[in-house]
Amino acid sequence: MIGSLAGSHRVIRNGMVITGIALAAMVGVYCLALLATPVEAHQGLAQKIVYIHAPAAWSALLSFSIVGIVSGLYLWLRDPRLDLFAEASADVGLVFSVGMLTTGPIWAKPIWGTWWTWDARLTLTLFLFFIFLGYRALRGAVQDRAERARFAAVIGILGMILVPFIHLSVYLFRTIHPQPILLKPSAPSLPPEMLRTLLASFGGFTLLYVGLVSVRYGLGLANEIREGGDAD
Amino acid sequence: MADLLRPSVAIAAKDFLIEWRSRTALLSATVFAALVLVVFNFARDPASLSPVVLAPSVLWVTTTFAAMLTLNRAFMLERENEAGEALRLAPISPNAVFLGKYLANLAFVGVVDLVVLPLFVLFFNVDFGGVLLGLIGVIVLANLGFIAVGTLSSAMAVRTRFAELMLPVLLLPFLIPPLIGAVQATTRILAHRPLSELMGWLRLLGLYDIVFFTVCLLVFPSVSDE
Amino acid sequence: MPTTTLGVILEGIALERRFGASRVLTQVDLAVGRGELLVLVGPNGAGKTTLLRLLAGLTRPSKGEVRVLGHALRSTPAGKRAIGVVSHQTLLYDDLTATENLRFTAKLYGLPSATDRVNAALDQVGLRTRGEEPLRRLSRGMVQRVAIARALLHDPSVILMDEPFVGLDRASVNQVCAILRRLLDGGAAVVASTHDPALVWSLGTIAGVLVQGRWALYQRLINGDGLLARCEELVRG
Repeated sequence: MIGSLAGSHRVIRNGMVITGIALAAMVGVYCLALLATPVEAHQGLAQKIVYIHAPAAWSALLSFSIVGIVSGLYLWLRDPRLDLFAEASADVGLVFSVGMLTTGPIWAKPIWGTWWTWDARLTLTLFLFFIFLGYRALRGAVQDRAERARFAAVIGILGMILVPFIHLSVYLFRTIHPQPILLKPSAPSLPPEMLRTLLASFGGFTLLYVGLVSVRYGLGLANEIREGGDAD
Repeated sequence: MADLLRPSVAIAAKDFLIEWRSRTALLSATVFAALVLVVFNFARDPASLSPVVLAPSVLWVTTTFAAMLTLNRAFMLERENEAGEALRLAPISPNAVFLGKYLANLAFVGVVDLVVLPLFVLFFNVDFGGVLLGLIGVIVLANLGFIAVGTLSSAMAVRTRFAELMLPVLLLPFLIPPLIGAVQATTRILAHRPLSELMGWLRLLGLYDIVFFTVCLLVFPSVSDE
Repeated sequence: MPTTTLGVILEGIALERRFGASRVLTQVDLAVGRGELLVLVGPNGAGKTTLLRLLAGLTRPSKGEVRVLGHALRSTPAGKRAIGVVSHQTLLYDDLTATENLRFTAKLYGLPSATDRVNAALDQVGLRTRGEEPLRRLSRGMVQRVAIARALLHDPSVILMDEPFVGLDRASVNQVCAILRRLLDGGAAVVASTHDPALVWSLGTIAGVLVQGRWALYQRLINGDGLLARCEELVRG
């Protein structure tokens, strides 16, 4: 058996507490970003969005990497809890991806002069988003529980392996077609105040991942146990 | 190794025999490919874009989409009368089933490509003098890995609702690296560039083939196992 | 542990199967020896098909073990070679002829002298003359006989049949029963599920009634007439 209903409720409760702390921390980070961090000389206030965008991207990548690893473990150990965890992590990853993919263009329009560019990192994250939309669609289309878990795990693993290939191919694609300087996504060295705010934000988003994934995992677990309760 | 190859060749040969009898998948895939070529020709402004500029993209979009049509057929065939259960009952490894389907898919897609190439020359006025072998090499290199993922995905897709829709949704992201590589390599080949300018792309395609073929072969048993 | 009699070649030990949270089979034991036929009956959804799939190695048991010829089924290819399955689907390709279907099976099992074997199998089910026609053009009864020929091509010692009589006319049923008789005399162990136990009752040596995934009755047939009525009553519920 996969655990008790009370156990899953405990997971949800802990997850909600962590999510609460993470959200509070992020309010703090944003006050820090707006009040105590210098305005970037070239980009102006638009640069403030980076404090959301970059950490959201990090959390999305983290979510999807964990889906890949947990999927591999599932195929090895066949523990249904691993499948539930992979599902939770994929859902949370999709939420972070939406955050990343909406804040990105909002920042890019004033800075790069275009909503979208086919830069390696952008393309990569877009396709991660697509792979995991497919992952979700696949889960919805398979009836049998065990089969759904196995199929999803296979896509989770393949998706993780695909990531470096997309990055590499798009990177090669781009280096052969040089872009205007304006569009060049170079990483300028940050002054210490900005770096501090950004790192704090990364911490907050990682904590948010932990909180959200716990809540989602607990909900999945409770659902599974409740369904099991009817049949036994 | 012989234990793996003997049943896989038998499975691929059986698929070919069935296709020879019914001729449904190959015929519809080649007609589809020919139609896409025609549609592409009219989906451009003839005054600003010459066919040759567009040729590599057209070739690859056409062949990969036609490939997707034939991929669906591979495991659909085993659903009829649950014939796939007989494969699972037989004393052969599930890897042999994957390999058999993979070989059949490679051959089917190869046949579709063979029909598309002359049509492509005809409609797009491309000069193949001296580049044909290179082009075929790129086609093979791009297909090897992509069809491995396609074979695995179609094994899963046929067991879902909306199988025809599920396959492209799962597969298209995996098409990106081989598609980029193949289009870039084709462009250079058609422009008679030296081999050294292609090597980066060929290496990418080769690496993709090795990695994805191996991974798909290894994880296939978890797809077919109950 | 079930009581093992001499010559038992198919054993199910404490089989359990869950699908997700629901339990389809619970604590199912069985032992079938050479020349024995287990008549498997039960109402719809009682777990007959699931039990046969476990015995065939198509589905993993959640708990328990299937043993064939004394070995755990899923551990060696020898177990798979010992089993022949007739499902309620034909497991055949309708676009191919009977001969082509059986040749393919012979290749999968790596059988020597395939041509002779295929011809002999078609003779056995009385279809030698129709061997070169695609299955699409044969009647349901004929295709079912090809399905039986496919299941028996590799001379399995354990034969599992899931509703082998569905869609067959009286003459075909008799033909299948005659084949079963020959197999039992040859020392095969058979499990046949059916919703009409009267059809195979004369061949049966064990009766098993599954109700909601458990044995409601599992009994050797000695003078089985009263038992048949009880089985049919249990199936109706």
